[in-house]
Amino acid sequence: MTQQRRLVLPLTALLAGAAFATQASADEVNIYSARHYDSDQALYDAFTEETGIEVNILEGDSDQLIQRIKREGQASPADVMMTVDAGRLWRAEQEDIFAEVESEVLAERLPEAMRHPEGKWFGFSQRVRAIFYNPEAIGADEIASYEDLAAPRFEDEVCIRSSNNIYNQSLLASMIAHHGEAGAEEWAQGVVDNFARQPEGGDTDQILGVASGECDLAVANHYYYVRLLKSDNAGDREAAEKVQILFPNQDDRGAHVNIGGAGMVKGAPHPDNAVRFLEFLASDQAQEIFAAGNHEFPVVDGVEIDEVLASWGDFKTDDLNVSVLGENNPQAVRIFDRVGWR
Amino acid sequence: MSNPASPRPSSLARRLSLRFNAWSALTIGIALVVALPVLVVLAHIAMPAGGIWQHLASTVLGRYLANTLFLVVTVGIGTFAIGTGTAWLVVMCRFPGRKLFEWALLLPLAVPTYVIAYAYTDFLQYAGPLQSWLRETFEWGRGDYFFPDVRSLGGAATLITLVLYPYVYMLARAAFLEQSVCVLDVGRTLGRGPWRLFTSVAIPLARPAIVGGVSLALMETLNEFGAVQYFGVDTFTTGIYRTWFGMGEQVAAAQLAACLLAFVIVFVLLERWSRGKRRYFHTSSRYQQLPEFRLRGWRGLAACLACLAPVMVGFLIPSGLLGFLSVRGGDSLFGAQFLEFAGNSLLLAALAALVAVGLALVLSYGARLHPGPVTRTATRVAAMGYAVPGSVVAVGILIPFAWLDDTINGLLREHYGVIAGLIFSGSAFILIYAYVVRFLAVSFNALEASLGKVTPSMDAAARTLGQTAGGTLRRVHTPIMRGSLLAAGILVFVDVMKELPATIILRPFDFDTLAVRAHNLAADERLAEASTASLTIVAVGIIPVIFLSLAMRGSRPGSRARVGRKDEDL
Repeated sequence: MTQQRRLVLPLTALLAGAAFATQASADEVNIYSARHYDSDQALYDAFTEETGIEVNILEGDSDQLIQRIKREGQASPADVMMTVDAGRLWRAEQEDIFAEVESEVLAERLPEAMRHPEGKWFGFSQRVRAIFYNPEAIGADEIASYEDLAAPRFEDEVCIRSSNNIYNQSLLASMIAHHGEAGAEEWAQGVVDNFARQPEGGDTDQILGVASGECDLAVANHYYYVRLLKSDNAGDREAAEKVQILFPNQDDRGAHVNIGGAGMVKGAPHPDNAVRFLEFLASDQAQEIFAAGNHEFPVVDGVEIDEVLASWGDFKTDDLNVSVLGENNPQAVRIFDRVGWR
Repeated sequence: MSNPASPRPSSLARRLSLRFNAWSALTIGIALVVALPVLVVLAHIAMPAGGIWQHLASTVLGRYLANTLFLVVTVGIGTFAIGTGTAWLVVMCRFPGRKLFEWALLLPLAVPTYVIAYAYTDFLQYAGPLQSWLRETFEWGRGDYFFPDVRSLGGAATLITLVLYPYVYMLARAAFLEQSVCVLDVGRTLGRGPWRLFTSVAIPLARPAIVGGVSLALMETLNEFGAVQYFGVDTFTTGIYRTWFGMGEQVAAAQLAACLLAFVIVFVLLERWSRGKRRYFHTSSRYQQLPEFRLRGWRGLAACLACLAPVMVGFLIPSGLLGFLSVRGGDSLFGAQFLEFAGNSLLLAALAALVAVGLALVLSYGARLHPGPVTRTATRVAAMGYAVPGSVVAVGILIPFAWLDDTINGLLREHYGVIAGLIFSGSAFILIYAYVVRFLAVSFNALEASLGKVTPSMDAAARTLGQTAGGTLRRVHTPIMRGSLLAAGILVFVDVMKELPATIILRPFDFDTLAVRAHNLAADERLAEASTASLTIVAVGIIPVIFLSLAMRGSRPGSRARVGRKDEDL
C-alpha cells in the first residue's frame, strides 16, 4: 500500500528522535510533576538561573505518573517526582519508586514532620482542607469541626465535591484514623444526609455554592478561596467576600492538612541535579514562590507568606502521620461507595 | 439496495480470488496486532479479583449500568434524529442558508465533550451568570424556581448528543449523496412524497452508513470520560478509572472494561442480526442532479431553524462562551509554547489518520475478498478497540511494550554497558499505536459502508481485465471511494485531536498536546485559562472539518460540480 510506504519514513524519524530524546545529558533535570500551576514555571526558571541546569517537565496526575515511572524501570528519564497530596507520596513510596536522599541542607531547613525518616520524600508546601460558611446564615459559634458537618441541624446545607477527589479521600482517611472505620462511616453517612445537592464540580464550585446561596456550608482547600479573592474577575471577588473561612477542630486535633512534596526517583539519570533541585525547593526563594504563586503555606520558618494567609493568623493543624492517609485510602473509597457519596 | 436475489459477494469473490491466502493473512495479521492491547486487558478476566466484585455489585454497579444505558439510549436516539434529519434536509431540500448549513452542521464535531461541558457548566450552573441574573431580576431565592441542573445525567446526555450527532450527519449525508437518483425516481413514480421517500426509501438504503454513524456516536458515548467525570455522573468509564486508580484494583477494573466491551458486542450483533441477509448495492451507475424539494415560506424557515439549532447550541454558543472566558482570563503560556502544543497535536493526528485509513482499507477489502467467518471475526476484533476506554487501551499497550523495552535495555546493559532508552514505550510510536487501536473502527466503519455500496460486478470486470486483487483496490475502489477515504481520515484526525486519557498516559517525556494542556488546567479548576487551549482545539479541528465538507461535495459521482454546472442554489 502506498499509504503504508509513505508512513515508514516519518515513523522511523519519530522513533529515532524519541530514542535520542531520552538519552541523558549532563546539565538537565527531568521532573515528573502532578502540579500544574503557573507559578511552577517561575520555580523552574529560578532554578535554571541559579544553577544553569535545564528543567524538563512531564505533568500529569500522580497515579499515572507513579505507574509510568514503575513501568519505565531502568530506562526511566525521571529524576524527581512531585505530587500535590500525601496519599500519593505514600503510594509512590509503597511502589518503591523513591530513592533515599541524604542532604544536610534538607535536614536543616525542613521540619522533621516534612521529611521521610529515610529521606525518600520531602514536603515543601501545605494546604488546609477548610470549611466555608455563609456568615449571614450561620453564626461563627455554630460550627467548629468536620464532625459538625454531619450534625442533623445542617440538613440540606452542605456542599462538597465528589468522593472521586483525593482531597476528600484523604479527609475521610484521617477520620478513619481518629474515629475508626465504623465512626468514619457514620460521619460520611451524616454528611451525605446533609447534602444540599449531589456532589458536583470542583472545590471552587463548592465555595461559589455558598456565595450564591445554594448551601450554607462547604468544604474546600484554602487556596481555591484565595484564588477567588484575588481573581481578575470582579464577580469572583464579590462571591468570595460573601463567604467566611473556618479552620476546623481548633479545640482538639486541628485542621486536616495535606502536603505537596517531592522525592528523588530510584535510578535517576541525574542524581546530583535531582538533589540540588530538592534542596532548591527548600530555599527561601522557592518557598516564597509556593506561597505567592499558589497561596500555599510554606514549610520553612521565617519565609514571608501571602498577605491573605498571614491575615488568618496562626491555627492548629492535625499532625497525623502522612502515611496513614495513604494506608487508609482504599478503605475510604469503599466507605464512600457504601454511603452513596458520589 | 435490498435485493436478496443479487449474487452473493462471497461466492463471486471466492471465484475471482487468485491470492486467497495473502489477503486473508494480511487481514488477520493486522487484526491481531490491533487487537493485542485489548486481548491483554481481556486476559485479566480469568484472574481472581477477590471480594471487590461483591463490593461493587452491592454498591455502585447498578448505578454504572443504569447511567450507561440511559446515556446510550438517549444519545442513540438524539444523534439519529438530528443527524439523519438535517442530512436529508441539506441534501434533498432547498431552503435559505442551505449551502451554509451543509458544512456548518459539521462544526460541533470539532468540540470535544469535555470542552462543551466546561463551557456550559460555567454558564448554566446555580452560581453561573444566567441563573444569577434570573435570581436578581425576579428576586427569586433558592428553591423558588425550577432550572434543569446541567451537571446531571440528562445534562451529560444532551451535551454529548450535541457534539456527536455530526458522526451520523456526515455518514448519512454521504450516503444520501451517493444514492443513485434512479432509486429515488422509482420511489417518486410509485407515488411517494418527500416524507415517505425519506422514511421508506432513503433511510433503509442508507442504513449501513447511518448505523455506522450511530455506532460511532454510541461507542464514543460509552468511552466518554471527561464530561461525565466533570459532571459527577457515574458510568462504566469513571468506574473503571476509580477502581483502577482509586482502589488500586487493576484486575477488577479490567473486568469492568470487559463488561463495557460486552455491551458493544451485543449491540453490534443485534444490528447485524436484524440486518439479516440483506445487502446494499447500487444497481445503477446513473447519476444526475438530485431532485430537490423546494421549501417555501414557513417550511423553509422551519428547515432553516432545524439546521440552525444544533449548530447554535453545539458550536456557536459554547465557542462564544469559551471565547469570552479566554479573553477575560486566558492561558498565560499563550504564544510560542502554545504553537508547540498545537504542532504536536497536529502531527500526531495526521500520522494516526494516515495509518488508520491505510489499515482500514486493507481490512475492509480483505473482508470483501474473503467474507468468511474468519475474516469477519478478524475485522470485528480489530474494531473492538473503539469500545475500550483510552486509559485501558493505553495500559494494554504498555504491558507488552514496557516489557520489551526493559528486556532490550537489560540485554544492552549486560553486553555493551549502555542503555538505548525507551525505544517503544517512551516514543510517539506507542501513542500512534494506541490511536490506531482506538480509532481503527472509525475509519473501518466508514470504508466498509462505502465499499459495501460498490457492486461486486466492478470487481469482476476489473479482474476479467487482468487486474490483480491489489490492482483492483488501487485503480478501481480507491478512486471510487475517494470521498469516504477522506471522510474516514478526517474523522480519525479530529478524534485524535480530542483524545485525552490515552494521550495523557502515553505521551513521550516533555511532549504536550493541546488536549493535555486544557485538561490539566481544567482539572485544576482554572476554566478561564483552560479555555484558550480548548478554543484552539476547536479552531484547529474546524479546518479539516470544513475541508472535508467541501471535498465531499465534489466526490459524488455525477455531482453538479463535475458535470460542469454551476451551483445556483442559495
